[in-house]
Amino acid sequence: MKNILEVKNLCMSYSTIEGEVEAVKDVSFSVKEGESFGIVGESGCGKTSVAMSLLQLQADNGKITNGQILFDGKNIVQLNESELRSIRWSGISMVFQGAMNSWNPVVKIGEQIREAIREHYPDKSKDENTKKILELFNIVGLDSSVIDRYPHELSGGMKQRAVIALALSCDPKLIIADEPTTALDVVIQDQILNEIRKVQEVLGLSLIYISHDIAVIAEMTDNMAVMYAGSIVERGPTKEIFSNPRHSYTKSLLESTPSIVGDKVKLKSLDGEPPSLINKEPGCSFAPRCPYKEESCNPLREMELIEINNEHYVDACNAGKL
Amino acid sequence: MDKQKDIAKSIRRASIKKNWAMFKQSKLGMIGIYIVGFFLFLSLLQPFLFVTGIWNKGIYDPVVGYSEQFQDFLVVDCPKEYPTEKYKSRTDCPARNEINIRTLFYSDAQVGETIYQNLQPAPPSKKHILGTDPLGRDVFSQIMEGSQVAFILGLLSATLGVGISTLLGTIAAFYGGRVDAYLMRQSDLILMLPTLPLLFIISAFSELKVWHLAVVLGTIGGLGGSVITIKSQALQVKVKPFVDSARITGGSRMNILFSHVLPNVAPLALLFMVFSVTGAIASESVLSFLGLLNIDMSWGLMIYLAQVEGYIFSGMKFWWLILPAGLSVTFLAGGFYLVGRGLDEVFNPRLRKR
Amino acid sequence: MKNNLLEVRNLEKYFEVSSGIFSRNKSIVKAVDGISFDIPFGSSLGLVGQSGCGKTTTARALSLLDPKTSGTVNFYNEETSSMQSIDELEGEELRKFRRNIQMIFQDPYESLNPRWNIKDIILEPLNIHNIGNLKDREEAVYEILKTVGLTPPENYMPRYPHELSGGQRQRVSIARTLIMKPKFVVCDEPTSMLDVSIRISIMDLMLNLAKDLEVSYLYITHDLAVARYMCDRIAVMFNGKIVEIAETEELLSNPIHPYTKRLISSIPIPDPSYKRERYELDFSELDNIIANNSDELPMAEVKSGHYVATHDVKGIL
Repeated sequence: MKNILEVKNLCMSYSTIEGEVEAVKDVSFSVKEGESFGIVGESGCGKTSVAMSLLQLQADNGKITNGQILFDGKNIVQLNESELRSIRWSGISMVFQGAMNSWNPVVKIGEQIREAIREHYPDKSKDENTKKILELFNIVGLDSSVIDRYPHELSGGMKQRAVIALALSCDPKLIIADEPTTALDVVIQDQILNEIRKVQEVLGLSLIYISHDIAVIAEMTDNMAVMYAGSIVERGPTKEIFSNPRHSYTKSLLESTPSIVGDKVKLKSLDGEPPSLINKEPGCSFAPRCPYKEESCNPLREMELIEINNEHYVDACNAGKL
Repeated sequence: MDKQKDIAKSIRRASIKKNWAMFKQSKLGMIGIYIVGFFLFLSLLQPFLFVTGIWNKGIYDPVVGYSEQFQDFLVVDCPKEYPTEKYKSRTDCPARNEINIRTLFYSDAQVGETIYQNLQPAPPSKKHILGTDPLGRDVFSQIMEGSQVAFILGLLSATLGVGISTLLGTIAAFYGGRVDAYLMRQSDLILMLPTLPLLFIISAFSELKVWHLAVVLGTIGGLGGSVITIKSQALQVKVKPFVDSARITGGSRMNILFSHVLPNVAPLALLFMVFSVTGAIASESVLSFLGLLNIDMSWGLMIYLAQVEGYIFSGMKFWWLILPAGLSVTFLAGGFYLVGRGLDEVFNPRLRKR
Repeated sequence: MKNNLLEVRNLEKYFEVSSGIFSRNKSIVKAVDGISFDIPFGSSLGLVGQSGCGKTTTARALSLLDPKTSGTVNFYNEETSSMQSIDELEGEELRKFRRNIQMIFQDPYESLNPRWNIKDIILEPLNIHNIGNLKDREEAVYEILKTVGLTPPENYMPRYPHELSGGQRQRVSIARTLIMKPKFVVCDEPTSMLDVSIRISIMDLMLNLAKDLEVSYLYITHDLAVARYMCDRIAVMFNGKIVEIAETEELLSNPIHPYTKRLISSIPIPDPSYKRERYELDFSELDNIIANNSDELPMAEVKSGHYVATHDVKGIL
């Protein structure tokens, strides 16, 4: 299975009045064809910044300072705007956070999806486009009448499904989904996640799923990465990480997630707050909060990922521990 | 407890620094600050010069000062018809250093002689940077005096107007129902009335001094459109959870109005204040220009004088009578507007670039 | 002996919605359509449901923010040692009664006045009810800041909300809420906007304080896992009605109503090897059934303390 996406040592920072914010530091991972890759972390860990930089959609004051992003073997970091536009949506497409609220309220849904298709396939006729949209609606579970409806006539779940249809409209090879179900009810979330999985199977797509909800990552992904303060602290097959979590942060995350199955256990929480990324100090950013600190801990040591098991990488500090 | 005060002070300092850094980012705001600062300097300069004796009040006082400007003039007889070989049109005769014999009433001078005369208004010279006006008063001093008037008038009326509109807007938002309906209709009414003609009418009934004008402008401004905007802002604050929290705790309506809603509406009100200074300065200059204001000296009055004495159509020949005053009004009013734009970016996070 | 702190019977909250500017037709939205439950002293009830089910409306009615349309809400009155309806309270009596009820809100960024410093925010309830003198009040603020974990208190008292993180702001809200030692606190999803690693510390804080001060919670959430952690009993709401109410573990292991089953089976489990069985349910059918059964239906007690709504759901089982 070849890699559809390879990210190598990606670094991105924003310049603000208060200083340089290093939002993404040395992030590396790869996604194979047909694979589902999850990125989990809390607010401010950099996961959305990673997603935005994959399509170079970061804010004006953000800049990729280092690293490569290889899509289908080709480095897309240095491409100019028009070359990037040909990749966006037809190569990699994205379901943004809160995307269901970004539909234009005065244009019908079908027309908005047609707009996207026309950008990439200007030669297709209107009928061909309509047929394609109806196929997509079928896949995501939307009624064909939605094509002529306005956004305010649809429920939250329907709007989100339409967003997924929009993301699929130009036959991308990879979809990035950034918290696609955060504002939705748990029952509808379940339905949408089901749809996403079905879509992936039927179309053979690769998926990058970004969330702060570790339970969703557990169910939706084959491989995953845990991010903290802009860097990946642990990476590997999902099953492996859940059964054998090695990094202190990963362990803390799992220990602080309440569940409705199993015995009711007393959960552990982390002291303190995630660090500010403004003019960040070098060294291990998790050290101040690490509950499993040992005497050998050197907080000034920079993080590096080491493979401890088949494809399971973790920061060197946790690699030696059992 | 002292440590708390220290922390409170350092927090205030830090937040002022941060707001200032944000304000600095706005180029418009900074230009505005420079302009306003320049005029503020001017208005403070005049009393300073008088108090320290650098300027002789007899000569430089903007209202009663008189400065003799003696100069050599060649006596000429201006022809009846133009153009001639010496003069292209009527306005060219007499030229700068000449004087028409028909205007000399007290002298025996003949055409072709040079006489030493006092002539007002005098063009700019080393003694008077911007020259003198038709009554022999120093123009630069008048500009500074006008600057004082503009600031006092502008800030007074703006403060009054903002005070009224904030109070009314918040009350309308808070009590709703009939109170709200009445205040909105009143606001519509005031909005509909054209301000300047209204001021003309008022000036016909009573003598308008600077204070009166400030009160009138403040009241009209305060009852007008800004009530509506402040009300909508207050409505947004009213539904925030911290107001609910105060209600649940048992706070009275008055208490919540003054201690919770008003302070959160205040930044917007401050913004309005800065913008309404612009209108106040412009209104004053128009009224003075029309001679409707009972005021000793202001920029509008300077132009009024120029017009009354017939210098307005002289083109650039007597530019110092018109341009400094006119430009001052434009720049100061514009300067305040730019400051308001800069402040807008600080207070309204959505407008910020980063 | 566990008295009931709160007894709610057939609480209803209707909203009138006009269908047009000139239309005289006003349709009625039944946000809360006749719910009943008890909350004993020192126990907590979770109110679980999806957005629009009426749980926030219930919270606002019980905290006396918005008046209810009908139904009885009885609180235990310590002075008379009996249950008293809130309808009988007004004016000064009502104001004094408000000491016993408080609410913690969901959004840590909007629930503190940005222009007040932390000390004043926590002082406000004491000022409104004129408790003690100034020195006593400041002492109380100092102590409660220590209790909620914001130490040293001197560092926090002069600060403003925008300088604190979300978790710290929720602690301030908790401090302000509990400084009056109320008997009943309504919590409207207080941790849903916080980071996962911080949620537990806030929830643990609330649990500890509940034990120490004998406070009862009405905990509103859409997350059953959180409700399990925080509450002794859980009530499931759907379309303005309570469809099932039981002790937490009983509800999770033995759900009876189809909606409860569907809800429980939709929750993702943080374990990749767990096979989740989805319970299918036709929602439009359920909607119809509930809408047609708007009379006051008693709930059936299927087991001790476990009640299920008795509308006819056989058609969709």
